[in-house]
Amino acid sequence: MNKKEILFGIIVALLLGGLISLFASSWPDGLERVAEDKEFLEKAEVQPLVASPIPDYSWPGLKNEKIAASLAGVIGVLIMFVLGQTIGNLLKKKGR
Amino acid sequence: MHIPDGFLNTPVVISTWALSVSALSYSLKRTKEALKDKMVPLMGVVSAFIFAAQMLNFPVMGGTSGHLIGGVLAAVLLGPYAGSVVLACVFIVQCLIFQDGGLTALGANIFNMAIIGTMTGYIIYRMISNSLGGKKRGIIAGAIFASWASVVIASFVCAIELSISGTSPLNIVLPAMVGVHVLIGIGEAVITSLVLGFVLKVRPDLIYNIA
Repeated sequence: MNKKEILFGIIVALLLGGLISLFASSWPDGLERVAEDKEFLEKAEVQPLVASPIPDYSWPGLKNEKIAASLAGVIGVLIMFVLGQTIGNLLKKKGR
Repeated sequence: MHIPDGFLNTPVVISTWALSVSALSYSLKRTKEALKDKMVPLMGVVSAFIFAAQMLNFPVMGGTSGHLIGGVLAAVLLGPYAGSVVLACVFIVQCLIFQDGGLTALGANIFNMAIIGTMTGYIIYRMISNSLGGKKRGIIAGAIFASWASVVIASFVCAIELSISGTSPLNIVLPAMVGVHVLIGIGEAVITSLVLGFVLKVRPDLIYNIA
């Protein structure tokens, strides 16, 4: 992939994670739906073991929910790009 | 189907963590043997894309949604080993940074989707695409069925873990989980084939093991 193609990929991911995600369905997903229907959803009501910096894809402390969600998506996309690229760099053999 | 904390009992938590850690270390080893220079930026882009696509819940029926998992998509582009590593990274970031999926259940989530879903999906994809001659048509046909199957298989394994954990009896949770994921898998197949169709059009050489 050349620089242009990489940039295209990142921009598409940023648009999906930072903008299109605002229009995503907020209905429960498959497992949540089953847990609700079969009455075991309440088992998930436990304290999380570690505190997450950006819980539930919403940047904390922002009043505007849309901006908070959009920012969380953008940060996540950038983290994933850097992480994927870094792991690739650590694993690759030189000269191939 | 990100399992939250509280659904799995300790034996299931420990065994799925152990299975995931050993499978992932094997995947890392195999990735190291095969990873080419040109695949490194693709790993970054695929990681970012799958993370973003997992945020896009689509409605499947009244009151239920689903989203792409991306295991087969990653495996078709990066191979099954790097593909499973990328998926595992997505789940780790979602769990630690966004509180999506429990930390105790992270081993199971990686096992179900990044290992079992991705690996069985890749095997199904290769069987279909090879039998159709490995050309564009075969790649798309293989990816469509394999991506659908990977979601259904992962939901099957998830249901077994929930029943072993005593969270819900197998005869109840298995048909319910598989039933809804048969529908969610259709969305997986649509998105996977659209993305791969685009890649085949602009950069067919980015497909793993082709040219």
